[in-house]
Amino acid sequence: MAKVKGTIVVDIERCKGCGLCPPACPSDVLSLAREVNAKGYHYAYMANPDACTGCINCALVCPDAVITVYRVKNKVN
Amino acid sequence: MAEQITNKDIAREENLVFKRTGVLTDKVMHYCPGCGHGTVHRLIAEVIEEMNIQSDCIGVTPVGCSVLMYNYLDVDMQEAAHGRAPALATAIKRLQPDKFVFTYQGDGDLAAIGTAETIHAANRGENFTIFFINNGIYGMTGGQMAPTTLPEMKSSTSPYGRDVKMMGNPLKMTELVAQLPGTYYVTRQAVHTPRDVRKAKKAIRKAFENQKLEKGLSLVEIVSNCNSGWKMTPVQANEWMVENMFPFYPLGDLKVDGEMAK
Ligand SMILES: Cc1ncc(C[n+]2csc(CCOP(=O)(O)OP(=O)(O)O)c2C)c(N)n1
Ligand code: SF4
Ligand code: SF4
Ligand code: SF4
Ligand SMILES: [Mg+2]
Repeated sequence: MAKVKGTIVVDIERCKGCGLCPPACPSDVLSLAREVNAKGYHYAYMANPDACTGCINCALVCPDAVITVYRVKNKVN
Repeated sequence: MAEQITNKDIAREENLVFKRTGVLTDKVMHYCPGCGHGTVHRLIAEVIEEMNIQSDCIGVTPVGCSVLMYNYLDVDMQEAAHGRAPALATAIKRLQPDKFVFTYQGDGDLAAIGTAETIHAANRGENFTIFFINNGIYGMTGGQMAPTTLPEMKSSTSPYGRDVKMMGNPLKMTELVAQLPGTYYVTRQAVHTPRDVRKAKKAIRKAFENQKLEKGLSLVEIVSNCNSGWKMTPVQANEWMVENMFPFYPLGDLKVDGEMAK
Protein backbone atom coordinates (compact mmCIF):
# COMPACT_ATOMS: atom_id res chain seq x y z
CA MET A 1 0.00 0.00 0.00
CA ALA A 2 1.29 3.43 -0.85
CA LYS A 3 0.35 6.14 1.61
CA VAL A 4 0.95 9.79 0.96
CA LYS A 5 2.82 11.53 3.71
CA GLY A 6 3.65 15.19 3.92
CA THR A 7 5.24 17.80 6.06
CA ILE A 8 5.41 21.55 6.13
CA VAL A 9 7.96 24.11 7.22
CA VAL A 10 6.66 27.39 8.61
CA ASP A 11 8.96 30.39 8.43
CA ILE A 12 8.27 31.15 12.07
CA GLU A 13 9.72 34.65 12.19
CA ARG A 14 7.61 35.75 9.21
CA CYS A 15 4.38 34.10 10.32
CA LYS A 16 1.81 36.60 11.59
CA GLY A 17 -0.26 34.10 13.55
CA CYS A 18 -3.36 35.08 11.59
CA GLY A 19 -4.98 31.72 12.28
CA LEU A 20 -6.19 31.12 8.72
CA CYS A 21 -4.17 27.96 8.08
CA PRO A 22 -5.43 25.69 10.91
CA PRO A 23 -9.07 25.69 9.72
CA ALA A 24 -7.91 25.20 6.10
CA CYS A 25 -6.18 21.93 7.00
CA PRO A 26 -8.40 18.90 6.29
CA SER A 27 -6.26 16.68 8.53
CA ASP A 28 -6.29 18.86 11.64
CA VAL A 29 -2.52 19.14 11.69
CA LEU A 30 -2.01 22.79 12.56
CA SER A 31 -2.31 24.96 15.64
CA LEU A 32 -1.01 28.30 16.80
CA ALA A 33 1.85 27.99 19.27
CA ARG A 34 1.62 29.18 22.87
CA GLU A 35 5.05 30.72 22.30
CA VAL A 36 5.48 33.83 20.20
CA ASN A 37 8.03 34.86 17.59
CA ALA A 38 10.19 37.99 17.83
CA LYS A 39 7.27 40.11 16.65
CA GLY A 40 4.97 38.69 19.28
CA TYR A 41 2.85 36.55 17.00
CA HIS A 42 1.65 33.08 17.99
CA TYR A 43 3.10 31.32 14.98
CA ALA A 44 1.58 28.27 13.28
CA TYR A 45 3.12 24.84 13.88
CA MET A 46 2.33 21.18 13.26
CA ALA A 47 0.64 20.02 16.46
CA ASN A 48 -0.19 16.71 14.80
CA PRO A 49 2.61 16.20 12.26
CA ASP A 50 1.91 12.53 11.52
CA ALA A 51 -1.44 13.41 9.96
CA CYS A 52 -0.02 15.74 7.30
CA THR A 53 -0.62 14.57 3.73
CA GLY A 54 1.18 17.45 2.04
CA CYS A 55 -2.04 18.62 0.40
CA ILE A 56 -0.79 22.27 0.34
CA ASN A 57 -4.13 23.71 1.49
CA CYS A 58 -2.47 25.60 4.34
CA ALA A 59 0.05 27.17 1.97
CA LEU A 60 -2.71 28.20 -0.43
CA VAL A 61 -4.53 30.31 2.16
CA CYS A 62 -1.45 31.78 3.86
CA PRO A 63 -1.45 35.52 3.04
CA ASP A 64 2.23 35.84 3.85
CA ALA A 65 3.50 32.88 1.82
CA VAL A 66 5.50 31.52 4.74
CA ILE A 67 4.59 27.83 4.38
CA THR A 68 6.69 25.37 2.37
CA VAL A 69 5.21 21.92 1.72
CA TYR A 70 6.85 18.56 1.02
CA ARG A 71 5.25 15.25 0.11
CA VAL A 72 6.33 11.64 -0.41
CA LYS A 73 4.67 8.36 -1.22
CA ASN A 74 5.42 6.35 1.89
CA LYS A 75 5.62 2.67 0.98
CA VAL A 76 4.23 0.62 3.86
CA ASN A 77 4.34 -3.17 3.32
CA MET B 1 6.05 -3.00 10.37
CA ALA B 2 8.04 -0.87 7.98
CA GLU B 3 10.21 1.80 9.51
CA GLN B 4 8.47 5.16 9.84
CA ILE B 5 9.67 7.94 7.62
CA THR B 6 10.33 11.07 9.69
CA ASN B 7 9.25 14.59 8.86
CA LYS B 8 12.90 15.56 8.54
CA ASP B 9 13.34 12.93 5.83
CA ILE B 10 10.37 14.30 3.94
CA ALA B 11 11.45 17.95 4.07
CA ARG B 12 13.95 17.58 1.23
CA GLU B 13 14.24 19.48 -2.00
CA GLU B 14 13.20 16.48 -4.13
CA ASN B 15 9.91 16.19 -2.23
CA LEU B 16 9.01 19.87 -2.52
CA VAL B 17 5.42 20.51 -3.62
CA PHE B 18 4.89 24.14 -2.64
CA LYS B 19 7.21 27.03 -1.98
CA ARG B 20 7.04 30.81 -2.02
CA THR B 21 7.38 32.05 -5.59
CA GLY B 22 10.54 33.94 -6.52
CA VAL B 23 8.42 36.67 -8.14
CA LEU B 24 7.60 37.82 -4.59
CA THR B 25 10.47 39.74 -3.03
CA ASP B 26 11.80 38.76 0.38
CA LYS B 27 10.21 41.77 2.07
CA VAL B 28 7.69 41.07 4.81
CA MET B 29 4.39 42.54 3.66
CA HIS B 30 3.04 45.30 5.90
CA TYR B 31 -0.54 44.01 5.78
CA CYS B 32 -2.48 43.13 8.91
CA PRO B 33 -2.37 39.41 9.77
CA GLY B 34 -4.89 37.50 7.64
CA CYS B 35 -5.51 40.29 5.12
CA GLY B 36 -6.43 39.03 1.65
CA HIS B 37 -4.13 41.52 -0.09
CA GLY B 38 -1.15 39.24 0.64
CA THR B 39 -2.85 36.17 -0.84
CA VAL B 40 -3.80 38.03 -4.02
CA HIS B 41 -0.25 39.40 -4.37
CA ARG B 42 1.05 35.85 -4.13
CA LEU B 43 -1.37 34.52 -6.76
CA ILE B 44 -0.48 37.29 -9.21
CA ALA B 45 3.21 36.56 -8.60
CA GLU B 46 2.69 32.82 -9.10
CA VAL B 47 0.88 33.37 -12.39
CA ILE B 48 3.62 35.73 -13.60
CA GLU B 49 6.16 33.05 -12.74
CA GLU B 50 4.20 30.26 -14.43
CA MET B 51 3.65 32.33 -17.59
CA ASN B 52 7.31 33.30 -17.53
CA ILE B 53 6.49 36.99 -18.07
CA GLN B 54 8.36 38.54 -15.14
CA SER B 55 10.43 40.81 -17.37
CA ASP B 56 7.45 41.58 -19.64
CA CYS B 57 5.09 42.75 -16.95
CA ILE B 58 4.28 46.27 -15.80
CA GLY B 59 1.98 46.77 -12.82
CA VAL B 60 0.31 49.93 -11.61
CA THR B 61 -0.25 50.31 -7.88
CA PRO B 62 -3.08 52.27 -6.29
CA VAL B 63 -3.54 54.45 -3.26
CA GLY B 64 -4.86 52.34 -0.40
CA CYS B 65 -3.36 49.62 1.76
CA SER B 66 -1.71 48.08 -1.30
CA VAL B 67 0.11 51.33 -2.17
CA LEU B 68 3.43 49.63 -1.44
CA MET B 69 2.78 46.60 -3.64
CA TYR B 70 5.81 47.52 -5.73
CA ASN B 71 7.97 46.49 -2.77
CA TYR B 72 6.55 42.98 -2.82
CA LEU B 73 6.39 42.00 -6.49
CA ASP B 74 9.67 41.74 -8.32
CA VAL B 75 8.33 43.23 -11.56
CA ASP B 76 8.34 46.74 -13.00
CA MET B 77 5.67 48.84 -11.33
CA GLN B 78 4.51 52.41 -11.35
CA GLU B 79 2.53 54.26 -8.71
CA ALA B 80 -0.62 56.07 -9.81
CA ALA B 81 -2.40 58.95 -8.11
CA HIS B 82 -5.50 57.83 -6.21
CA GLY B 83 -7.97 56.20 -8.61
CA ARG B 84 -5.96 56.98 -11.73
CA ALA B 85 -4.37 53.57 -12.23
CA PRO B 86 -6.51 52.71 -15.31
CA ALA B 87 -5.50 55.98 -16.97
CA LEU B 88 -1.83 55.31 -16.31
CA ALA B 89 -2.18 51.70 -17.43
CA THR B 90 -3.84 52.92 -20.63
CA ALA B 91 -0.78 55.00 -21.43
CA ILE B 92 1.66 52.22 -20.56
CA LYS B 93 -0.17 49.58 -22.61
CA ARG B 94 -0.58 51.86 -25.63
CA LEU B 95 3.10 52.77 -25.55
CA GLN B 96 4.24 49.21 -24.90
CA PRO B 97 1.55 46.91 -26.31
CA ASP B 98 3.78 43.83 -25.99
CA LYS B 99 3.98 44.16 -22.20
CA PHE B 100 1.52 42.53 -19.82
CA VAL B 101 0.03 45.51 -18.00
CA PHE B 102 -2.15 45.35 -14.92
CA THR B 103 -3.59 47.59 -12.25
CA TYR B 104 -4.22 46.54 -8.68
CA GLN B 105 -6.89 48.62 -6.97
CA GLY B 106 -8.99 48.69 -3.83
CA ASP B 107 -12.68 49.53 -3.81
CA GLY B 108 -12.10 53.07 -2.55
CA ASP B 109 -9.58 53.59 -5.31
CA LEU B 110 -11.51 51.91 -8.15
CA ALA B 111 -15.13 52.56 -7.20
CA ALA B 112 -14.97 56.02 -5.58
CA ILE B 113 -12.31 58.49 -6.69
CA GLY B 114 -11.40 56.35 -9.72
CA THR B 115 -14.89 55.56 -11.02
CA ALA B 116 -14.48 57.62 -14.17
CA GLU B 117 -11.07 56.17 -15.03
CA THR B 118 -12.34 52.63 -14.50
CA ILE B 119 -15.51 52.97 -16.55
CA HIS B 120 -13.88 54.82 -19.42
CA ALA B 121 -10.89 52.49 -19.66
CA ALA B 122 -13.33 49.57 -19.72
CA ASN B 123 -15.59 51.25 -22.26
CA ARG B 124 -12.64 52.07 -24.51
CA GLY B 125 -11.74 48.40 -24.41
CA GLU B 126 -8.19 48.99 -23.21
CA ASN B 127 -6.23 45.80 -23.43
CA PHE B 128 -4.91 45.46 -19.88
CA THR B 129 -6.02 43.70 -16.70
CA ILE B 130 -7.59 45.19 -13.58
CA PHE B 131 -7.36 43.39 -10.24
CA PHE B 132 -10.02 44.87 -7.98
CA ILE B 133 -9.79 44.07 -4.25
CA ASN B 134 -13.20 44.74 -2.73
CA ASN B 135 -13.22 44.76 1.06
CA GLY B 136 -16.19 47.09 1.33
CA ILE B 137 -14.27 49.78 3.11
CA TYR B 138 -11.41 52.28 3.01
CA GLY B 139 -8.94 50.06 4.83
CA MET B 140 -5.86 52.23 4.78
CA THR B 141 -7.34 55.42 6.17
CA GLY B 142 -9.22 53.89 9.08
CA GLY B 143 -12.22 51.97 7.85
CA GLN B 144 -14.40 54.71 6.41
CA MET B 145 -17.50 53.92 4.36
CA ALA B 146 -16.80 53.21 0.68
CA PRO B 147 -19.23 53.11 -2.25
CA THR B 148 -19.07 49.32 -1.83
CA THR B 149 -20.03 49.30 1.87
CA LEU B 150 -23.09 47.06 2.36
CA PRO B 151 -26.47 48.40 3.51
CA GLU B 152 -26.51 48.48 7.34
CA MET B 153 -22.77 47.76 7.45
CA LYS B 154 -20.91 49.62 10.17
CA SER B 155 -17.83 51.64 9.33
CA SER B 156 -16.03 54.48 11.06
CA THR B 157 -18.13 57.00 9.10
CA SER B 158 -21.36 54.98 9.31
CA PRO B 159 -21.11 53.89 12.95
CA TYR B 160 -24.83 53.00 13.08
CA GLY B 161 -24.67 51.14 9.78
CA ARG B 162 -25.01 52.41 6.22
CA ASP B 163 -28.38 54.08 5.85
CA VAL B 164 -29.08 53.82 2.13
CA LYS B 165 -31.70 56.59 2.32
CA MET B 166 -29.07 59.05 3.37
CA MET B 167 -25.84 57.49 2.07
CA GLY B 168 -27.01 55.89 -1.13
CA ASN B 169 -26.77 52.32 -2.35
CA PRO B 170 -23.62 50.24 -2.63
CA LEU B 171 -22.12 50.32 -6.10
CA LYS B 172 -21.56 47.05 -7.97
CA MET B 173 -18.77 48.21 -10.21
CA THR B 174 -18.07 44.76 -11.58
CA GLU B 175 -21.67 44.32 -12.79
CA LEU B 176 -21.53 47.79 -14.30
CA VAL B 177 -18.29 47.21 -16.13
CA ALA B 178 -19.47 43.82 -17.45
CA GLN B 179 -22.23 45.65 -19.40
CA LEU B 180 -19.71 47.63 -21.39
CA PRO B 181 -18.78 46.36 -24.85
CA GLY B 182 -15.10 47.09 -24.19
CA THR B 183 -14.74 44.36 -21.59
CA TYR B 184 -13.79 40.83 -22.59
CA TYR B 185 -13.60 38.99 -19.27
CA VAL B 186 -15.21 40.03 -15.98
CA THR B 187 -15.28 37.75 -12.97
CA ARG B 188 -15.67 37.86 -9.19
CA GLN B 189 -13.57 35.59 -7.01
CA ALA B 190 -12.37 35.16 -3.42
CA VAL B 191 -9.29 33.80 -1.66
CA HIS B 192 -10.51 32.65 1.76
CA THR B 193 -10.46 28.86 1.16
CA PRO B 194 -8.05 26.59 -0.71
CA ARG B 195 -10.73 25.92 -3.34
CA ASP B 196 -11.41 29.61 -3.89
CA VAL B 197 -7.68 30.32 -4.06
CA ARG B 198 -7.33 27.75 -6.85
CA LYS B 199 -10.25 29.25 -8.77
CA ALA B 200 -9.03 32.81 -8.29
CA LYS B 201 -5.62 31.85 -9.61
CA LYS B 202 -7.16 30.39 -12.77
CA ALA B 203 -9.10 33.62 -13.26
CA ILE B 204 -5.93 35.69 -12.80
CA ARG B 205 -4.16 33.54 -15.35
CA LYS B 206 -6.99 33.86 -17.86
CA ALA B 207 -7.05 37.63 -17.38
CA PHE B 208 -3.34 37.83 -18.20
CA GLU B 209 -3.63 35.43 -21.14
CA ASN B 210 -6.43 37.55 -22.61
CA GLN B 211 -3.99 40.38 -23.22
CA LYS B 212 -2.47 38.34 -26.05
CA LEU B 213 -5.87 38.30 -27.79
CA GLU B 214 -6.22 42.10 -27.81
CA LYS B 215 -9.98 41.92 -27.38
CA GLY B 216 -10.48 44.34 -24.52
CA LEU B 217 -10.26 44.75 -20.79
CA SER B 218 -10.26 41.92 -18.27
CA LEU B 219 -11.33 42.65 -14.70
CA VAL B 220 -10.96 40.23 -11.80
CA GLU B 221 -12.70 41.34 -8.62
CA ILE B 222 -11.61 39.62 -5.44
CA VAL B 223 -14.01 39.98 -2.52
CA SER B 224 -11.67 40.14 0.43
CA ASN B 225 -11.59 40.87 4.15
CA CYS B 226 -10.42 43.97 5.94
CA ASN B 227 -10.35 42.35 9.32
CA SER B 228 -8.87 45.42 11.03
CA GLY B 229 -11.43 47.77 9.53
CA TRP B 230 -14.26 45.36 10.24
CA LYS B 231 -12.90 44.92 13.79
CA MET B 232 -12.85 41.13 13.70
CA THR B 233 -10.26 38.37 13.81
CA PRO B 234 -9.20 37.14 10.36
CA VAL B 235 -11.21 33.92 10.77
CA GLN B 236 -14.32 35.83 11.91
CA ALA B 237 -13.86 38.33 9.11
CA ASN B 238 -13.84 35.59 6.48
CA GLU B 239 -16.99 34.07 8.01
CA TRP B 240 -18.65 37.48 8.02
CA MET B 241 -17.60 37.96 4.41
CA VAL B 242 -19.23 34.67 3.38
CA GLU B 243 -22.45 35.51 5.23
CA ASN B 244 -22.75 39.17 4.28
CA MET B 245 -20.56 40.11 1.33
CA PHE B 246 -21.18 37.10 -0.91
CA PRO B 247 -24.99 37.41 -1.05
CA PHE B 248 -24.56 40.99 -2.29
CA TYR B 249 -21.41 40.34 -4.34
CA PRO B 250 -21.97 36.80 -5.64
CA LEU B 251 -18.89 34.92 -6.81
CA GLY B 252 -18.54 33.70 -10.36
CA ASP B 253 -18.03 34.81 -13.94
CA LEU B 254 -20.04 37.75 -15.22
CA LYS B 255 -18.59 37.83 -18.72
CA VAL B 256 -16.38 35.30 -20.46
CA ASP B 257 -14.77 35.70 -23.90
CA GLY B 258 -16.85 38.80 -24.53
CA GLU B 259 -20.18 37.06 -23.77
CA MET B 260 -22.31 37.69 -20.70
CA ALA B 261 -22.37 34.56 -18.54
CA LYS B 262 -25.83 32.93 -18.26
C1 LIG C 1 -6.29 62.31 -3.78
C2 LIG C 1 -6.42 61.53 -2.51
N1 LIG C 1 -7.60 61.52 -1.85
C3 LIG C 1 -7.75 60.83 -0.70
C4 LIG C 1 -6.69 60.12 -0.20
C5 LIG C 1 -6.86 59.34 1.09
N2 LIG C 1 -6.96 57.91 0.90
C6 LIG C 1 -5.90 57.12 1.01
S1 LIG C 1 -6.27 55.50 0.81
C7 LIG C 1 -7.91 55.86 0.57
C8 LIG C 1 -8.92 54.78 0.34
C9 LIG C 1 -8.38 53.42 0.19
O1 LIG C 1 -9.39 52.47 0.17
P1 LIG C 1 -9.36 51.24 -0.81
O2 LIG C 1 -9.06 51.70 -2.18
O3 LIG C 1 -10.64 50.50 -0.63
O4 LIG C 1 -8.10 50.39 -0.35
P2 LIG C 1 -7.92 49.43 0.92
O5 LIG C 1 -7.03 50.19 1.83
O6 LIG C 1 -9.26 49.12 1.49
O7 LIG C 1 -7.26 48.22 0.35
C10 LIG C 1 -8.11 57.23 0.65
C11 LIG C 1 -9.45 57.86 0.51
C12 LIG C 1 -5.46 60.15 -0.91
N3 LIG C 1 -4.39 59.48 -0.48
N4 LIG C 1 -5.36 60.85 -2.06
S1 SF4 D 1 -0.13 20.29 3.81
FE1 SF4 D 1 -2.32 19.79 4.04
S2 SF4 D 1 -2.37 18.19 5.62
FE2 SF4 D 1 -0.32 19.17 5.75
S3 SF4 D 1 -0.58 20.79 7.30
FE3 SF4 D 1 -0.96 21.74 5.31
S4 SF4 D 1 -3.18 21.60 5.05
FE4 SF4 D 1 -2.64 20.16 6.67
S1 SF4 E 1 -1.75 31.39 7.44
FE1 SF4 E 1 0.46 31.88 7.32
S2 SF4 E 1 0.70 33.76 8.52
FE2 SF4 E 1 -1.30 32.89 9.06
S3 SF4 E 1 -0.91 31.63 10.88
FE3 SF4 E 1 -0.73 30.25 9.10
S4 SF4 E 1 1.45 30.30 8.56
FE4 SF4 E 1 1.10 32.04 9.91
S1 SF4 F 1 -6.39 47.72 7.13
FE1 SF4 F 1 -7.64 46.13 6.17
S2 SF4 F 1 -7.09 46.11 3.98
FE2 SF4 F 1 -5.48 47.21 5.11
S3 SF4 F 1 -3.90 45.68 5.58
FE3 SF4 F 1 -5.28 45.78 7.36
S4 SF4 F 1 -6.83 44.21 6.98
FE4 SF4 F 1 -5.79 44.60 5.02
MG1 LIG G 1 -11.02 48.81 0.41
